Amino acid sequence: MNQPIRRLSMLVSVLFVLLLGSSTWIQVLGSQDINDRPGNRRTQLESYARERGQILIGGRPIASSTPTDDDLQWQRVYSDPRLYSHITGWNSFTYGPGGGIEQAEDGLLSGRDDKLFYDRLTGTIAGREPKGASLELTINPKIQKAADEALGDQRGAVVALDPRTGAILAMVSHPEFDPTPLVSHDPAVEKKAWESLNSDPARPLVNRSITGNLYPPGSVFKIVTAAAALEDGQWSEDSTIPGPAVLDLPQTEVGLPNSHPGACGPDDKVTLAAALQDSCNTAFGWLGMQLGGDAMRQQAGKFGFGDDLEVPMKVTPSTLPAQMSPAQEAQVGIGQYDVRVTPLQVAMVSSAVANDGVVMKPHLVQSVLGSDLSTISETKPEQLSKAMEPKTSDQLTDMMKLVVERGTGTQAAVSGTSVAGKTGTAEHGAGLPPHAWFTGFAPADNPQIAVAVVVEDGGRAGNEAYGGSVAGPISAAVMKAALQ
Amino acid sequence: MRRAITTITPARGRNVELLLTALAIGVVILAYINVSVAESGTVPADLLGHTGILAAIALAVHLVLRWRASYADPIILPIVTLLNGIGLVMIHRLDLAAGRDFSSGLALRQLVWTGLGVGIALAVLIALRDHRVLRRYTYTAGLAALVFIALPLTPLGHSVYGAKIWIKLGAFTFQPAEIAKILLAVFFAGYLVQTRDMLALAGHKVLGITFPRARDMGPLVIAWLAAAFVLVLENDFGTTLLIFGLFVAMLYVATERISWVVLGLGLAAGGALVVYQFASHVQTRVLCWTDTFSEEGMQQCGQLATGIMGMAAGGISGTGLGRGRPWLTPLPESDFIFTSLAEELGLIGIFAIIMLYALLVERGLRSAIGLRDGFGKLLATGLTFVLAIQVFVVIGGVTRVIPLTGLTLPFIAYGGSSLLTNWTLVAILLRISDHARRPEPEFDPASMDAPTQMVKAR
Repeated sequence: MNQPIRRLSMLVSVLFVLLLGSSTWIQVLGSQDINDRPGNRRTQLESYARERGQILIGGRPIASSTPTDDDLQWQRVYSDPRLYSHITGWNSFTYGPGGGIEQAEDGLLSGRDDKLFYDRLTGTIAGREPKGASLELTINPKIQKAADEALGDQRGAVVALDPRTGAILAMVSHPEFDPTPLVSHDPAVEKKAWESLNSDPARPLVNRSITGNLYPPGSVFKIVTAAAALEDGQWSEDSTIPGPAVLDLPQTEVGLPNSHPGACGPDDKVTLAAALQDSCNTAFGWLGMQLGGDAMRQQAGKFGFGDDLEVPMKVTPSTLPAQMSPAQEAQVGIGQYDVRVTPLQVAMVSSAVANDGVVMKPHLVQSVLGSDLSTISETKPEQLSKAMEPKTSDQLTDMMKLVVERGTGTQAAVSGTSVAGKTGTAEHGAGLPPHAWFTGFAPADNPQIAVAVVVEDGGRAGNEAYGGSVAGPISAAVMKAALQ
Repeated sequence: MRRAITTITPARGRNVELLLTALAIGVVILAYINVSVAESGTVPADLLGHTGILAAIALAVHLVLRWRASYADPIILPIVTLLNGIGLVMIHRLDLAAGRDFSSGLALRQLVWTGLGVGIALAVLIALRDHRVLRRYTYTAGLAALVFIALPLTPLGHSVYGAKIWIKLGAFTFQPAEIAKILLAVFFAGYLVQTRDMLALAGHKVLGITFPRARDMGPLVIAWLAAAFVLVLENDFGTTLLIFGLFVAMLYVATERISWVVLGLGLAAGGALVVYQFASHVQTRVLCWTDTFSEEGMQQCGQLATGIMGMAAGGISGTGLGRGRPWLTPLPESDFIFTSLAEELGLIGIFAIIMLYALLVERGLRSAIGLRDGFGKLLATGLTFVLAIQVFVVIGGVTRVIPLTGLTLPFIAYGGSSLLTNWTLVAILLRISDHARRPEPEFDPASMDAPTQMVKAR
């Protein structure tokens, strides 16, 4: 019987080796995967075990962690929860980090990120309590507040950029929300807030400035069309192009009308500058067909359309339709048909014009601070792309100044400075009030701020809304706050 | 002429045993201090009292072995002491996490059960002078095993977590199937040692393997039916595996015929397939095994996923005793004590624990090989294999080698029935190993020279 007993002991050895193998898999080889699984309580608790980094604006924390007596040890506190709701996001125990910097830079804030290895090492040696890195943002609280107040209870978004660096100076999305109940340590409070925010038809959790349902840009897209035309070389700001009351669209029964009755100029002719100033649909429709879909897609791409940006939150890429008939090219020329944009992308278009044609990479984090508040890294301004020649941007600046001086955008003017801009009134469905747009920059000769404003469904003005009348004053308020 | 014959007396090893047991107790004391320091930053005030009880228990076994089984294997007691001690420390650590102090905690109850288990083990060692006595009770043991297995189906039965494997006597719950493990090993050993020749020799040859005659397959079929019965009626997948695996292994050892293993595995596979088709709880188990982290898997058996997350959190070196979060897993001191240990002791710690079990199994099988009687060989093999299967089924279940089942990790997991049974099992193993290692009665050369004596004249 000894031979089978020996074989049996071999079998037991094999079985036990299987156990060693499975344990090794779980604890070493596959452990990272298991630790990162959503809903892993241990990983969540682990991240609460050390102090989470602060989110700072001008050295003042808008999100910080204060010690508590309960299991979680740290309570997240948002000092101005509604004003910065889409910037901070939340770090909920039950639902995890979400919504803004809390999610996008969770690794740094929680202290898990490998970039913090050296900081952790010196911290251990120096005997500092381990804690996450803090982040100083590029937001200017004065501009943020002005944008928030000007937008008021209307749904929409405001983005302000420094055109020279790409720093995001303001990022407002309405309706906003209060992240405080989401970080409550009481699961019932968390759950109630989570469910009501998620079921709200106004979708307050969506950051409209960079994600969500993209907007049709309407006439603000004419800046892109004009840039394509100027870059093409056939046209300049003084070129005369057709501007009839209604543009014939090939292969269709209907024509493309102006938003105001009548032609854009005598003899159905208009200069490119005047066409932009008065937002002449027929002239830009004609330009769209002349340029063609490829040229417009190319120009849009140079402004950043189609790019996967992280600011550090993920930005939904803005898009142009892939295929267009001539009639659709005319529609795209005026920013209708299937053109979809984020307010951030529109602000990037304006800032490219302001910055001699160069698009800077938009960013929200100015610097990363270690646990001893020393700077670990600083964001350097980075060029994203070159959208046009300086000559083109100079001409466009002149044209956009006219828009605000005596065109559709007079309500965006700021006393004491010259503003360059463009209005937009975007149709997005029969019977629905249009989205009101304004984008521009100031001062026109020495740009310090580029702004994009969208007010959904015309805001308070409803069907009476125009970009100039609804979005223009908001832009003016934001620029004023920046330049004072 | 005097012949120079020197007999080699094998080392008894009792001193080695004492030293190793002291070492085991030392490890337990360190672990206990570790927990206390992690919890409150102080060395426990009652350190010597609490660990002293365990030390006294181990010492009692050691002394009885010196007295009644001086050739018993010296490695078994230290291993079992260490496993039991580690289990106690982990249960105590979970008590503290749940806000129970020592006097009201599960650890104290486990310690009392340990004392009772060792009491029975000592009684076995003292009363059972020769394991061959057990052969007389072959069929009694078989019948008793059946009764014990069926007990939970009587009005005494008591269902916990859907498994109907408990009986309740007053405030007292017990898993009778635990005791049945030993009884079944005795029964199988007694039965097989009688019938092994017939089972091994008679048969038909198919494809080069000699298969037994149909009429000899009765006991195999009965064991198979009993196992299926337990699975379906009591929802106890673990005991099913244990009974059937034990029987097939012992059958193989007795007959040295691989055909029995083929038949057994075939029957098991067929039975498993049929049961899988009809029993929804078995389907759930399999789902939990294959899709542990799927939404449905998390819903049906989140404890398995949580346990695995605990192990992953432990990593190679573990969080340290008292510094992890094993209480996040349900049943952290019984079904999932392995993941609790893995979380806090890390891969290194559980490798050590698995190696301790491997060593224990190896010592048991070595005793089986050293024995001269067939019954003892089979019994030792069976008892050792019971331990091995329990370890494999429990650890394999929580690490997803096989579907999760309800067996307990021997000596470590919280549970009175399991402790009593496993200590009794070890007592029988110690008794058998004493026989295996004890030299033949000494041959006295002087007797050769003495004149033949008439012992009795008629």
